Amino acid sequence: MFDPVFLSRLQFAFLIVFHFLLPAFTIGLASYIAVLEGAYLYTRREEFLRISAFWLKIFSVSFGMGVVSGIVMPFQFGTNWSRYSELAGGVVGPLMGYEGLTAFFLEAAFLGILLFGRKLVPPWAHFGSAVIVAAGTLFSAFWILAANSWMQTPAGHEIIDGRFVPMDWVKVIFNPSFPYRFTHTVIAVYLTTAFTVIGVAAWYLRRGRHVAEAKIMMTMGFLLSAVLVPVQAVLGDLHGVNTLEHQPAKLAAIEGIWETRSGQPAVLFAIPDEAREVNRAEIAIPKLGSLYLTHDWNGEVRGLKEFARSDRPPVPPVFFGFRIMVACWATMLALTAAAGWLAWRRRLYDAPRFLRLLPYGIPLGYIAVTAGWITTEVGRQPWVVYGHLRTAEAVSPVLTAADVLISFAAYALVYAIIFGSGLYYLVRIVQRGIPEAPHAAGPPAHTKRPARPLSGATSPARMT
Amino acid sequence: MTLDLVPLWTAILALSVFMYVLLDGFDLGVGILFPFAPGDDARQLMIASVAPIWDGNETWLVMGGIGMFTAFPAAFAIIFPALYFPVLAMLLGLLFRGVAFEFRATAQTSRRHWDRAFFWGSLIATFAQGCVLGKYVMGFDVVRGQYHGTVWDWVHPFVLATGLGLIAGYVLLGATWLVMKTEGPLHDWSRRMAQLALLGVLGFIALVSIWTPLLHERIAERWFSWPNMAFLAPLPIATLLIAAGLWRALARGRDTWPFFAAMGLFLACYLGLAISLFPYIVPHTLTLWEAAAPARTQAFLLIGTLFLIPIIFMYTGWSYWVFRGKVRGDMGYH
Repeated sequence: MFDPVFLSRLQFAFLIVFHFLLPAFTIGLASYIAVLEGAYLYTRREEFLRISAFWLKIFSVSFGMGVVSGIVMPFQFGTNWSRYSELAGGVVGPLMGYEGLTAFFLEAAFLGILLFGRKLVPPWAHFGSAVIVAAGTLFSAFWILAANSWMQTPAGHEIIDGRFVPMDWVKVIFNPSFPYRFTHTVIAVYLTTAFTVIGVAAWYLRRGRHVAEAKIMMTMGFLLSAVLVPVQAVLGDLHGVNTLEHQPAKLAAIEGIWETRSGQPAVLFAIPDEAREVNRAEIAIPKLGSLYLTHDWNGEVRGLKEFARSDRPPVPPVFFGFRIMVACWATMLALTAAAGWLAWRRRLYDAPRFLRLLPYGIPLGYIAVTAGWITTEVGRQPWVVYGHLRTAEAVSPVLTAADVLISFAAYALVYAIIFGSGLYYLVRIVQRGIPEAPHAAGPPAHTKRPARPLSGATSPARMT
Repeated sequence: MTLDLVPLWTAILALSVFMYVLLDGFDLGVGILFPFAPGDDARQLMIASVAPIWDGNETWLVMGGIGMFTAFPAAFAIIFPALYFPVLAMLLGLLFRGVAFEFRATAQTSRRHWDRAFFWGSLIATFAQGCVLGKYVMGFDVVRGQYHGTVWDWVHPFVLATGLGLIAGYVLLGATWLVMKTEGPLHDWSRRMAQLALLGVLGFIALVSIWTPLLHERIAERWFSWPNMAFLAPLPIATLLIAAGLWRALARGRDTWPFFAAMGLFLACYLGLAISLFPYIVPHTLTLWEAAAPARTQAFLLIGTLFLIPIIFMYTGWSYWVFRGKVRGDMGYH
């Protein structure tokens, strides 16, 4: 277990999970800010402006931490996954390159206007910058998910002397799982943002602070979740059907099914026993699995036994990751339904127990995207490029377990300090509350400074 | 027959690395000088002088990393495992340095810790980059296109010497930057530091210039064979002239010349390095063309890169223009 491959996987998983917590929030937040700026431009209501300025502060810290933790990622491919870099770099390199270029293009050009330019540019230009930043974060997601999807369902390449050589970039980018993964992920991060906004709004409402703004935030959050939670169910189902077609072993692990047969049950809970190839303590609904996978009560679905042991992913992380993700979704659905019922009874903003509950809903999205990520990435094992390159053959050959253990410990220690401080700081911004009169936000002439994401929140002078 | 994009990607990669070394070099140098500055007010000014621009400077590092991964994956796959721990130290140092900038501004009781993180982050990142440079010049043990050494091969007196040398170099850049950007006691102190650092840098340049040809016969041959010697002689001469000019500019109390002369010194060393190593991207084993990615790969990312580089230059130029002139106490960081 403590071999360099496993430890390198663990290190990569650790670094990318912590990194992704930030884009999981900022992609949605960028779009939310663009909507708020648009709403202000249309209605000229000050509340929208105040809400936007408040979230912009949080956005600048989160985006900055995302950039800093993102710098670590490309170097991981070199240090720990050198064989992968060498063999697959020709295909995934430009995709990741475009992700990086997009992020830096944004930082260079439009983030500065968005963060510091409210006073310097006309409102429509400020709104335009917000839209471009939002579009840019989606572009970043587009490229990185194209790279990830290509590793899951590779297409558009040829293998020449063991190396992946791109033949058709359109096929590489729009590979079979990409449309599903991209839409599924974007909706997931939008929901993550929605429930973060809702949680903060509820926290304010319960304390009677910023009531007008908090009501708007909560309403907007639940309106979005009312649309996207059901849509996510449809997209999740389509994504599952896509996985069934292209990655049947992953799907079998997700479902926890060992035998190939028609009329598969839906396993609600079980403890998969990989050694004996059975489920223990299984709770299942007969035939339902086949229905949602093949859209036929008697559809045949292949089980794990169909695949050689060496070609199966580790079952428990995939199986439980998927159920944790779905449980988060179901909780979001329940909260949204409850909000709808309360709104219908005109009690949404003054139902104390519900308001006390909602801040605990903030982690739901982050847990869901992390669990979903574990499901799909562990489910890709034992392959790094599905069906072509095994993870064990992708690691840097020179590394020993001790080397990776040292680096992993160092990263873990540093991330604990940095992310701990960052989270503390974000909570402090929320506690300080929504500033008044944000329309005067903007640097005084003599302290003009260009875009520096982290600094957007650290200067109280700019908020007066 | 498609267009050979290797020269263009070589230029992009070389430019990115050089821009990174120059720009983050003076930031990191300021960070290393930080705890030794005369007083808290001086430290505040030092932070203020680099705060608006440091994170834009890191853009070039990512550009270099991505550029090598995409355009020369075979080199990326050899160099980075070999430099596993220097790269780790560099990344962690840069992480700490980066967040320390921001957290120290909001921290109250914990400010001392973030100040310490700022210094140690800068120092460790610089030393690690110097080690990367030293190991790179020494070359890599490659068998059949794979790195064949261990992750500890970089531990060598030459590598440790380049690590220390780069600290002196970045301190020189940082000190001359402060000479340009500050006034009064901090300005005078920075000038003395720049003079000390220059002596150190010249010592390390001499050491590395003698040591490098001794490490590799090929490098010795490139510099000391006839007629190369005649063509290449202007470079060491220019280096000495720039160093002399830098010393005079410092001694005469000039404001802006020292910084530009220090950058000139870096350029001369960088060119010297390029002459020693060309055409290898993995020194002494793998050439730029041998390590190149398929032409389709290089072409695809080139489109976006050629679009972005002018924008980065414009943005960088603009931010330096906005913050031109001396930093003063009343426009402190916060």
